[in-house]
Amino acid sequence: MIPAAFEYHRPKDMAGVLAVLEEHGDDARVMAGGHSLIPMMKLRMADVPHLIDLQDVGGLSDIDVQSDTIRIGALVTQHDIITNDALTAVAPILREAALQIADPQVRYMGTVGGNVANGDPGNDMPGLMQCLDASFTLVGPNGERTVAAREFYEAAYMTAREDDEVLTAVVIPVPSGGYAYEKQKRKIGDYATAAAAVQLIKQGDTCVHAAIAMTNLSDTPIFSEDAGAALIGTSLDDAALKAAVAAMLNDIDPTEDNRGPIAFKKHVAGVILRRAIERAWSRA
Amino acid sequence: MSKKMHIQINVNGKDQEFLAEPRELLIYTLRERLNITGPHIGCETSHCGACTVTIDGKSVKACTMFVAQASGKSITTIEGLGDPDNLHPLQSAFKEHHGLQCGYCTPGMITRASKLLEENPNPTEEEIRFGMAGNICRCTGYQNIVKSIQAAAAEMNAAQEAAE
Amino acid sequence: MKDELDNREERVANLKGMGCSRKRVEDARFTQGKGNYVDDIKLDGMLFGDFVRSPYAHARIKSINTEAALQVPGVLAVLTAADLAPLGLHWMPTLAGDKQMVLADGKVLFQGQEVAFVVAEDRYAAADGIEAVEVEYEELPVIVNPFESLKSDVVLREDLDPKAPGAHGPRKHHNHIFTWEAGDKETTQEVISNAEVVAEESMYYHRTHPCPLETCGCVASMDKVNGKLTLWGTFQAPHAIRTVVSLISGIEEHNIRVISPDIGGGFGNKVGAYPGYVCSVVASIVTGKPVKWIEDRMDNLMTTAFARDYHMTGKISATKEGKITGLHCQVVADHGGFDACADPTKFPAGFMNICTGSYDIPTAYLEVDGVYTNKAPGGVSYRCSFRVTEAVYFIERMIEVLAIKLNMDAAELRRINFIKKEQFPYKAALGWEYDSGDYHTAWDKALKTVDYEGLRKEQAERVEAFKRGETRKIMGIGLSFFTEIVGAGPVKNCDILGLGMFDSCEIRIHPTGSAIARLGTISQGQGHATTFAQILASEIGLPADSITIEEGDTDTAPYGLGTYGSRSTPVAGAATAMAGRKIRAKAQMIAAYLLEVHDNDVEFDVDRFVVKGAPERFKTMKEIAFAAYNQAIPGLEPGLEAVSYYDPPNMTYPFGAYVCVMDIDVDTGVPEIRRFYALDDCGTRINPMIIEGQVHGGLTEALAVALGQEIAYDDMGNVKTGTLMDFFLPTAWEVPNYETDFTVTPSPHHPIGAKGVGESPHVGGVPCFSNAVQDAFRPFGNTHTNMPHDHWRIWRTANELGLHS
Repeated sequence: MIPAAFEYHRPKDMAGVLAVLEEHGDDARVMAGGHSLIPMMKLRMADVPHLIDLQDVGGLSDIDVQSDTIRIGALVTQHDIITNDALTAVAPILREAALQIADPQVRYMGTVGGNVANGDPGNDMPGLMQCLDASFTLVGPNGERTVAAREFYEAAYMTAREDDEVLTAVVIPVPSGGYAYEKQKRKIGDYATAAAAVQLIKQGDTCVHAAIAMTNLSDTPIFSEDAGAALIGTSLDDAALKAAVAAMLNDIDPTEDNRGPIAFKKHVAGVILRRAIERAWSRA
Repeated sequence: MSKKMHIQINVNGKDQEFLAEPRELLIYTLRERLNITGPHIGCETSHCGACTVTIDGKSVKACTMFVAQASGKSITTIEGLGDPDNLHPLQSAFKEHHGLQCGYCTPGMITRASKLLEENPNPTEEEIRFGMAGNICRCTGYQNIVKSIQAAAAEMNAAQEAAE
Repeated sequence: MKDELDNREERVANLKGMGCSRKRVEDARFTQGKGNYVDDIKLDGMLFGDFVRSPYAHARIKSINTEAALQVPGVLAVLTAADLAPLGLHWMPTLAGDKQMVLADGKVLFQGQEVAFVVAEDRYAAADGIEAVEVEYEELPVIVNPFESLKSDVVLREDLDPKAPGAHGPRKHHNHIFTWEAGDKETTQEVISNAEVVAEESMYYHRTHPCPLETCGCVASMDKVNGKLTLWGTFQAPHAIRTVVSLISGIEEHNIRVISPDIGGGFGNKVGAYPGYVCSVVASIVTGKPVKWIEDRMDNLMTTAFARDYHMTGKISATKEGKITGLHCQVVADHGGFDACADPTKFPAGFMNICTGSYDIPTAYLEVDGVYTNKAPGGVSYRCSFRVTEAVYFIERMIEVLAIKLNMDAAELRRINFIKKEQFPYKAALGWEYDSGDYHTAWDKALKTVDYEGLRKEQAERVEAFKRGETRKIMGIGLSFFTEIVGAGPVKNCDILGLGMFDSCEIRIHPTGSAIARLGTISQGQGHATTFAQILASEIGLPADSITIEEGDTDTAPYGLGTYGSRSTPVAGAATAMAGRKIRAKAQMIAAYLLEVHDNDVEFDVDRFVVKGAPERFKTMKEIAFAAYNQAIPGLEPGLEAVSYYDPPNMTYPFGAYVCVMDIDVDTGVPEIRRFYALDDCGTRINPMIIEGQVHGGLTEALAVALGQEIAYDDMGNVKTGTLMDFFLPTAWEVPNYETDFTVTPSPHHPIGAKGVGESPHVGGVPCFSNAVQDAFRPFGNTHTNMPHDHWRIWRTANELGLHS
């Protein structure tokens, strides 16, 4: 498996990145860890005449935990997330999810930026970021703009990012309450058969906030507002759980693949979601 | 073919400089350019871990990195972990506990395990199985690999204590 | 006296002979990254070859244009069938008596088939050259189902005369390959139709792949000055490869040297001859330079050596009390586009006729029909003797199905039908003569160790708890009792391409009392260099550490048929012992001469010959070795060497008893292995550590096959499982710890009583894992469900049984 030849660029700053993007347009692609892109290039399913390696661009590798928000640079790896205690203290769902991505070696290289920017429906971070109501910082020739994770994904590998823009950071409002990231997969290294990200806030016996997103059950991650709404104001009794699951099943649109047919995926989606909600509630 | 680049890497303590196409995969650089054939090629899609090396303190699958990306970095392969007169405890433990059969996965397995023990000197069996899950072995069923890593950890910790 | 005894024990220990867990001599190089695998070989001026492969499963080739590819910098040549045809090398014979295209000759028959071979200065140029070859295809109707194939008007193999018989007799249809029968058809049908109880089941043993971590590859180097061809490669049978290369290339066999270097796992994948080997040899002859070809993982999964793909229909009859009276097995075997199965010539369905298993079944009949489809050729024995995994899976499922029909415990049903210890040697209804066994002892030990009754009680309680809604996890107890048939085999009925399946060992004792022994086999991880030295140590009384074992170089090793089908220990191991005994016989004469007594007055004792009745008078083997080179002994040639070619009188029949305890989440279909107990009886145990390692490995491959590993095709013949994302190789995280155990029932006909073990755990493991899944659903009405038991298929079973409502 040998990729086609390409020109390699390793700019020192974002201006350099944007200059290459501007010069080569569609022919250029940015790469962080490369663990999604390189296999595609080796299989010659991705043609990248100009490859822009972001590793030398400064300011993209920090995890900055503030009182209200968390800013995660695009080059922060899954491994960085797993080992950052300050981050885990305020948003433990990130670590729980990151541990379920790929395998140890891939987590050293796989980045948050690559995971969310790529638009691969199999990636775990996009759904998680939708659950957390994160926003993505995009830098392009016209400066910086912010797009909500919940607005970012249009279709498989199609996002709100323009070809001449680079995703530089993810900004997450500090979550509160109970959380869970639940994922079913065939083995280590596999994408999800179904995965659910859930954040809940409990006051007394009542759920006052619920955010729910699922992964690999449509051509984009699915943030289901209705599923969350079905829980709010309830004490998460069986009826509320059933309603949340029904709402989610209404929003997803899985396709058949080697992981199984549609009926199976829908059923498992419901089971995984229910378990995620129950676990999040037990932690709320 | 694209323009060749000037590449500078340090492998097992030795600086290497050469010109290479940027698409050259690091695993081929090591194996074919530098004749460091310990790391192997098993799947080419970053699933099997036979090509695992340590790059700037990270366990990395060298089949999924272009040499251009690696330029400027320090790389350790199985060849850099020990030598015949001074084996790494993992190298002895894998032999002692029959942690290998055909040997093809072994260099990547041991290289990964060395990093795992660096980060977690006292892993539980579960932590070993989870921490080694990026390396596939087709022969051993892993039971003796886990045993080997546990034994090496015990030996390294005992040596550490003795030194203190 | 005590001192002497201790001393003797010490001498025995010093040999590191049979029965001890000697550490492996191979490991020093492997743990230090100094193995020498074929892709590690680098020769001056070496070129790289790689294939243009068909994206279609069935298509006519309208044209191949290589012009643009030849313009790619670094590309030196592009070979097509048209280039090979004048040499007669565009087709090659298969091991199964069929022939296979080396490069597509007018059409392609499976996705990934080799169409053209690009030879270039490096891998990168070769890859670019492949992209630049223009092939015009005309798609043809695709057949991926053998039953449809037998009904279809579409002729897959246009090169064959549809009326002419094939290598194994008449063909019923243009897509039919052979019918192979064993047993008594009429009596079996009569017994079954008159039986008190009959259970029937159809099962599909899915297509999978051995997938060793190292793919197949070779380096061919034609030395035009000396007229010698050297071929390094991933060959499980280097000598057979040499003969095949000679026969098809016309190069005399003495001018061909085949070398199997270290091999990164084989499991059957590396038995066959592949187009890559032929093209590399041709390319080396054409260019005068060494040519390397190494498969990538997708090539490997898509083209070289699938396994299984058997559609099996069974009927088993019994009395009301459960005594089995007859077995009927009908198989439709999907062989893909060419019949390239790696079986002994007279056995186109391998040893599928071991399908009466461990049971005393008086009457049986087996019929196998081989069929062409638009899938890759292969049909190798993936970690088993020829088709034995299929046979054992079949009978171990039929037993379970019969137990359900009889409403009888499946462990008890096995027990009352086992061949009894005193019945050995046992002549089975389908022709084999089992050498030895003690099944009842093994079974009782297994059931007692796992507390079988306690497990059944727990399972019954779990069923009740599930029905009360207290749990969503059900519990399965998987049982399997297997008998393998390994060690092919007696030359009178086993050959490959006319080469009898003997094996060999040649020993040279050096003057200072160390030795080298060379064998016709080749290790792919089994540790031959360690264990064969142990056999010899016990036989000739020199320490195993002083014995080098060498395999895999046809210029130096004696001719042998290679390593697969668990034949190394039963055949080459026997040759080793026999050659050792020749050494010992000569050593006895030397010792007698040195001790000045009659030959019969000395006897062998661990590491020496002693004068009978005078143990203080002895000569050690080390002393004898030196004497062989420095004494002129009347009537004896100098030196101490021996060679043995061993033709085994029979196969060996290892057996074992396995139990798996599994929990299944009915809502997600996720199985969890709680316990796995494996008792293996491989006869005499040479190295317990290595045996245990083989069992762990074989069980893990069994787990993979049973729980998800498959080569799946869509209706267009596209391979859906071409990378390790989708082709299931379990990691350390998915694999349990195994409990291993053993009994010892030596083979009566084998010089050291050893039977072979490398494949048993796979053969017995697959039905055990599968039976655990099936058994979990049995209380809810399940009789049989096909493998692989991946999450969705387990979920589907639960769903169909109404467990989700």
